[in-house]
Amino acid sequence: MEYFLQQLINGLTLGAIYGLIAIGYTMVYGIIGMINFAHGEIYMIGAFISIIAFLVIGWAGITWVPLVLALVLLLSMVFTAAYGWTVERIAYRPLRSSPRLAPLISAIGMSIFLQNYVQILQGARVKPIQPVVQGGVKLMERADGFVVQISYLQIVIILLTIALMFGFNQIIQGTSLGRSQRACEQDKTMAGLLGVNVDRTISLTFVMGAALAAVAGFMVTLYYGVIDFYIGFLAGVKAFTAAVLGGIGSLPGAMLGGILIGLIEAFWSAYFTIEYKDVATFTILVLVLIFRPTGLLGRPEIEKV
Amino acid sequence: MSDALLQVSGVHTYYGAIEALKGVDVTVPEGEIVTLIGANGAGKSTLLMTICGNPAARKGRVLFQGEDITRLPTFEIVRRGIAQSPEGRRIFPRMTVFENLQMGSITAPPGSFDSELERVFHLFPRLKERMDQRAGTLSGGEQQMLAIGRALMCRPKLLLLDEPSLGLAPLVVRQIFQVIREINREQKMTIFMVEQNAYHALKLAHRAYVMVTGKVTMSGTGAELLANEEVRAAYLEGGH
Repeated sequence: MEYFLQQLINGLTLGAIYGLIAIGYTMVYGIIGMINFAHGEIYMIGAFISIIAFLVIGWAGITWVPLVLALVLLLSMVFTAAYGWTVERIAYRPLRSSPRLAPLISAIGMSIFLQNYVQILQGARVKPIQPVVQGGVKLMERADGFVVQISYLQIVIILLTIALMFGFNQIIQGTSLGRSQRACEQDKTMAGLLGVNVDRTISLTFVMGAALAAVAGFMVTLYYGVIDFYIGFLAGVKAFTAAVLGGIGSLPGAMLGGILIGLIEAFWSAYFTIEYKDVATFTILVLVLIFRPTGLLGRPEIEKV
Repeated sequence: MSDALLQVSGVHTYYGAIEALKGVDVTVPEGEIVTLIGANGAGKSTLLMTICGNPAARKGRVLFQGEDITRLPTFEIVRRGIAQSPEGRRIFPRMTVFENLQMGSITAPPGSFDSELERVFHLFPRLKERMDQRAGTLSGGEQQMLAIGRALMCRPKLLLLDEPSLGLAPLVVRQIFQVIREINREQKMTIFMVEQNAYHALKLAHRAYVMVTGKVTMSGTGAELLANEEVRAAYLEGGH
């Protein structure tokens, strides 16, 4: 029971990170109908910018931890968003009216390019970082000494994710930008006829997705303490799995899918074999694609108009 | 024609290699209802879309209030005061009726939302009843009302209507045409309307054009075309 509880906490933390990345996949798919395979790399870049920001802020002599975290997060979101914007501008916008396969190939190319770009600039070695947030809350202790605890960092990750989800949902449902995004998702021609700058709305969608991926990169940097140029691949594919599981195109679906994938991974590692945790995740992807291609919260393509 | 709100001259539009408009001239004077009639595939909807720059004309010019808007992006064109209720209505099915109307007010003058909303609800009380319903669940007639209401939300100087009567029951058709007449009379709104329902459209219009395979072949006042033998034979006989 105690062991189960601990894995639940770990799984939720991991799931929050996957969910934040998955939202970027699902939003871009919603608005332009393509899988942005470079999104995992955007997350990786977010992690690198976080490490660089930690160093810079360290040199600047700021030591109060909450301020450091807030500044790093902000810097990472801003710069990563700029990457997201640039990727769309260079690799996808010129292909807007091409067949669907073209931007997909362009995305894969962009993904390979960004990996190599970071590898050359930052080196291929693993980058470590000193633990910034330490300690935690002891929830329970079993007779044999096994302690269930939630670390302060896990609390930060989960609360930050909840806050972001809430704020993000407000933007999509309650602002004119969010309305324009939903309109472009349904009918870009009509949105244009009503005065929506469709290109700009698509750009902003990439910017928002990248900013959330940056948050995930920031969290992973703190959580694991090590990153390298290749982390975007696996995390990207898993977050993509999460988006498909939740129903691609659905925002709540992406978050739900992320949490489920995190939990599956945590419990699989705990009760079966940790070596096969990725196999478990991708088995889910295959099963969902076969038996429920619209995902848990996705809607069927056919619509009464 | 210095008082023309919209002036289309020598416009050619292509879909890929297909020439859909082959040199079209149309003038829409301020304050009038102008209608364009013609058979399916004549290029009527294409003309409305070309005015909005999607697709843009390859040759010729579109002047709005004397300004050349031919090459502007769509969102810039409509921000100058043109609204369209397009072919097939194109309401946003997964948004509520209210959200659809909000989308219509993007180019509206600031602070006009509440008064315009009231005006639209006055014209189409059904929309008020269905305010929080998803637009995709509305009936065809209600969707048409929503498409027109959405176009009115920005208080346009020029309203483009593409077949507002298509597929609707005769009673609803009459209601829609009444509303069109009302907004022209009471709000002095200029309306350029494409119609297959030639009889109703010509009765309503101050001025009318006939389009055949990408070209304007005839023009005159609504009454003139209504009396014209050729028009009667091609577009009116057998109906009404």
